[in-house]
Amino acid sequence: MPDTAATAPPADERLARVNLVATLVGRPDIGAVFGAIAVFFLFAYTASSVGWLSDLGIWSQWLDQSAQYGIVAVPVALLMIGGEFDLSAGVMVGSSGLLLGLLTTRADWNIWPAIAVVLVFGAAIGFVNGYTVVKTKLPSFIVTLGTFFILQGVNAGGTLKITGTVSIQGIDAASGFNSARPFFASTVWSPYDFKVNIIWWFGLTVAGAWLLARTRFGNWIYAVGGDATAARNIGVPVARTKIALFMMTSTTSALLGIITAIGLRGIQANEGVGREFIFIIAAVVGGCLLTGGFGSVIGSAFGAAILGMASIGIIVSQWDSNWVYAFQGVILVLAVMLNAAIRARAAGARAR
Amino acid sequence: MSEQKPHLLEARGLCKYYGNVVALKDISAYVNAGEVTCVLGDNGAGKSSFIKILSGAHPPSEGELLVDGEAVHFSSPRDARAMGIATVYQDLAMVPLMSIWRNFFLGAEPTTGVWPLRMFDVKKARAVVRSELRGMGIDIRDPDQPVGTLSGGERQSVAIARAIYFGARVLILDEPTSALGVKQAGVVLRYILMARERGVAVIFITHNPHHAYPVGDRFVILNRGRTLGSYDRGEIDQTELVRLMAGGAELAELEHELATIKAEIGSPGD
Repeated sequence: MPDTAATAPPADERLARVNLVATLVGRPDIGAVFGAIAVFFLFAYTASSVGWLSDLGIWSQWLDQSAQYGIVAVPVALLMIGGEFDLSAGVMVGSSGLLLGLLTTRADWNIWPAIAVVLVFGAAIGFVNGYTVVKTKLPSFIVTLGTFFILQGVNAGGTLKITGTVSIQGIDAASGFNSARPFFASTVWSPYDFKVNIIWWFGLTVAGAWLLARTRFGNWIYAVGGDATAARNIGVPVARTKIALFMMTSTTSALLGIITAIGLRGIQANEGVGREFIFIIAAVVGGCLLTGGFGSVIGSAFGAAILGMASIGIIVSQWDSNWVYAFQGVILVLAVMLNAAIRARAAGARAR
Repeated sequence: MSEQKPHLLEARGLCKYYGNVVALKDISAYVNAGEVTCVLGDNGAGKSSFIKILSGAHPPSEGELLVDGEAVHFSSPRDARAMGIATVYQDLAMVPLMSIWRNFFLGAEPTTGVWPLRMFDVKKARAVVRSELRGMGIDIRDPDQPVGTLSGGERQSVAIARAIYFGARVLILDEPTSALGVKQAGVVLRYILMARERGVAVIFITHNPHHAYPVGDRFVILNRGRTLGSYDRGEIDQTELVRLMAGGAELAELEHELATIKAEIGSPGD
């Protein structure tokens, strides 16, 4: 980031204390960067026999996994910096994939208009979440938990009622499927097969980081999360900002639903359930403060990479895959403690 | 007295009821460019209700507001700000975790570029903050510093500089000195005079007559939602102001009470 460090032309003698280390340590995402490096080398050691470092096929696997976490972690991080949660971000992946499946296999739509409708559906759910939170002033934790359970029920019940099974298959029979596949579920670099969702992940991360650091809207995100009352007093459209954040989150979940459904050519009714916590962990590991107003999109990408590496690394190290959850839990707690310590030190170095 | 030229901001017969609670009853006050009107009152005197009406946060139940002699109706603080009336709240409307430059331009960010890539002009924001604060004689180490790490007086100063930069003609200051130490309060009082020098009309709300008297051109004293009196600077001295503020009789009673206590326990230093 061409930020902070070397911008003060008239040198102030009181600035001397804030050296490069302090500047680095003041960044919210620094913990996630070092964490990702540490985890990477941990698996380089434990999975050295299968070529963690050298086999690009393994890179392709963990990057795919990380992308599946990281795509939605971007708006989840922005939402968290804006002071809110979305617990329905996981189940929305399933709902969106199922809707795409219904439109293409039951209503025989072309895939492109179906994709458009699914994205609008995503935006609509986000609007409902955001509007409810803003109007009722209830915690978003509760509101979106409600949305989560409602959608989970609808996904399972609706799929069973319509198809008689717990999944929708045959999306690849839809017209236009072959023209959509390159954008959402193709692979590049033949023997290793890197998935195109990795590009989505990087693209969204860059876009999200830019939005946060370099736009008016980004300034408003910090403000509504840091102190909504102060923001309102100074003229920031607090309700609009929060609703927009919820809409971005669920629309991005819908995008992941589309990527998943097209990639698997079908979708399970319980797809995405449980992911909401992974997204939140990625954002928190990336340095987002649970109380809002502070955090990083770049950090969420490193958080997603840590979780993605863990889920693949534990398997290729030939440990029992059940340990993935324990690992995620440990990472979360360590990250939160580390971030708290970093923030305290940064504030201490700067205060007074 | 000044019938020929209308006041910059004038309140006429403002009343505010919350249900059956009378928060303000028949309050009138005015301020002109380059003047400081102090609104004094103890806790519960109605100061915050008064500010909320002036700043457009609440409509008055009765009475009217005039800007340049014309009756106006504010439906939000944004309306008031559009007419050049800026309020610096007690909580300062600043976000502690955000840097000074992010806070300074919050809600009015300068932009550059065209729509899909329209950006917050960060370079300009930093440069303006540096030069504006220096112009007000405020010495800030680093505009990237989170506002939460500034002292109370520094925060007040930044908030005042911000309001003036955004073209405030009327500056409403809500208890800007109440949470500050003596020296810091002095710094803020100096910025109030500086704003006045620049031709800004200042409404300075405080419960401290010792802060009000040195800077005020006019004093409006509130007590239990009513005006206890309105005086020009020449018409009242500091002692009288203090006495009125504390509600005359009440103060005498308190003094008597304290004297009694003192006599009972023996005065300090004995």
